[in-house]
Amino acid sequence: MGAVEQLYIGLFDTGILLVALTESLQRIVIGFSLAVIIGGILGILLGVSKIADETLGSLVIALQSVPSIVWLPIALIVFQGGAGAIYFVVILGGTWAMTLNIRMGIKNVQPILIRAARTMGYNHTELIWRVMLPASIPSALTGARLAWAFGWRALMAAELIGRGGLGRTLMDARDFFNMDLVVAIMIIISIIGLIVEYFFFSKIERKVLSRWGLAKAS
Amino acid sequence: MERVVIEEVEKTFPNKEKDGSFTVFKDISLTVNPGEFVSLLGPSGCGKSTLLNIVAGLDQSSAGEVKVGDKKIKGPGSDRGVVFQEAALMPWLNVLENVTFALRKKMKKEEAKKHAEKYLKLVHLSKFMHSYPHELSGGMKQRVSIARALSMDPAVLLMDEPFGALDEQTRMMLHREVQFIWQETQKTILFVTHNIRESILLSDRIVLMGTRPGGIRKIFTVDLPRPRKPSSPEFIKLEEEIMSILAGEIEKVMKEEMGDDFNSKKASLLYGTDRNMGNHI
Ligand SMILES: Nc1ncnc2c1ncn2[C@@H]1O[C@H](COP(=O)(O)OP(=O)(O)OP(=O)(O)O)[C@@H](O)[C@H]1O
Ligand SMILES: [Mg+2]
Repeated sequence: MGAVEQLYIGLFDTGILLVALTESLQRIVIGFSLAVIIGGILGILLGVSKIADETLGSLVIALQSVPSIVWLPIALIVFQGGAGAIYFVVILGGTWAMTLNIRMGIKNVQPILIRAARTMGYNHTELIWRVMLPASIPSALTGARLAWAFGWRALMAAELIGRGGLGRTLMDARDFFNMDLVVAIMIIISIIGLIVEYFFFSKIERKVLSRWGLAKAS
Repeated sequence: MERVVIEEVEKTFPNKEKDGSFTVFKDISLTVNPGEFVSLLGPSGCGKSTLLNIVAGLDQSSAGEVKVGDKKIKGPGSDRGVVFQEAALMPWLNVLENVTFALRKKMKKEEAKKHAEKYLKLVHLSKFMHSYPHELSGGMKQRVSIARALSMDPAVLLMDEPFGALDEQTRMMLHREVQFIWQETQKTILFVTHNIRESILLSDRIVLMGTRPGGIRKIFTVDLPRPRKPSSPEFIKLEEEIMSILAGEIEKVMKEEMGDDFNSKKASLLYGTDRNMGNHI
């Protein structure tokens, strides 16, 4: 019960939780967006260009297997302890999942669709924009979902060590032996995960999969 | 309406293992006259699709050349509309958008839309313009695919077993539809099938292909008045004539694929000239 009280006070009275929440959300939204954009562009490049795939492809797979939080010490030095370090870790956490999923989506486009479009006079560049990219949207969505999940975990880990946001507040609460506040923050963290996962991504995914004719009979 | 001239075309695939290579066919020469309906018929693997894809510009021939009108074919182009066995519709576009997809390189959005609607009407799909491909039956999808190919107003229509994956009733309905469209638009049509009855029903001429060595075995002119009735004596006579040659070709393929396991007696039972059994070789 103490946790609920702490939640109320932190959000509506002192506002420390509200400030922390806003800061974390801002970080994840910006970090996630950049991860989707950077990962998307890199994924398209790997999916479309054989040379890029053969050179950068295995590098991406290698990087993907490194938990992004491992980069934090280096990032803290490079960004001199600034907020940039946390963004760096969040972006790195989401980018590779996005890259690999888009790459796979493009590689797995049904060849017959490409052949059909070629008979209608589409050239290579147009095929990428008009056929390969739309066809790989379901994979891109999977990538984005993973990018969010990895990004969110990376953010929390980074904030525990770094500065600001829910993670830092969690550590502060522990240092003051305020276990109710610790639990309150954990509740916020899991609720955000739930909302984004089940309301945002699930909804979009259901729509996209049914439109693309990939939905299982429901 | 254009003439398609295939001149001494050869297709050889380099063999990945060792240094050998595999020639599907060579010295194929065939002229399809403007407005003519020609079927390519033959056992599986004889190169029907390969030949059609070369005409479509999707595959490169190893030797020889193909001309549509006076133009030598170098790659795919909207002067040749192609209908594949699978409808190959873009799942993220609705029926109307799938047809305008073929037109957006040629005309403005509004014009393309009007044009697409006209051709969807021709295949009786006006009611389903805003449906998505996954909401359509196989036959309807194939009709969209036909409308899409026709809407580019190609000189030649190339069809690769367009009804091969459909059930008998749907196929019969689409046979009527294709004949109607052909009469209406006067297109030159090159049509791949392995269904003898289908080829007699639709074609002016039937090009019978064989394997090992791959090539044209015989060309039949179908001189029957339309609409044709599969039960008429002339129809049956032609069907049996084609079947007898085709049976020999199929036996060759079976021997090749099965090696010593091949039993000619059993094969003639399985793939004999019985017209009902041989209908769907
Ligand atoms: N990319 C390829 N590499 C090597 N061989 C190929 C390739 N594509 C086709 N072939 C061979 O070419 C031959 C002709 O193939 P094709 O698909 O044209 O036959 P088909 O007459 O259309 O048969 P079906 O009736 O089964 O569709 C086959 O023996 C096939 O093994
Ligand atoms: Mg074929």
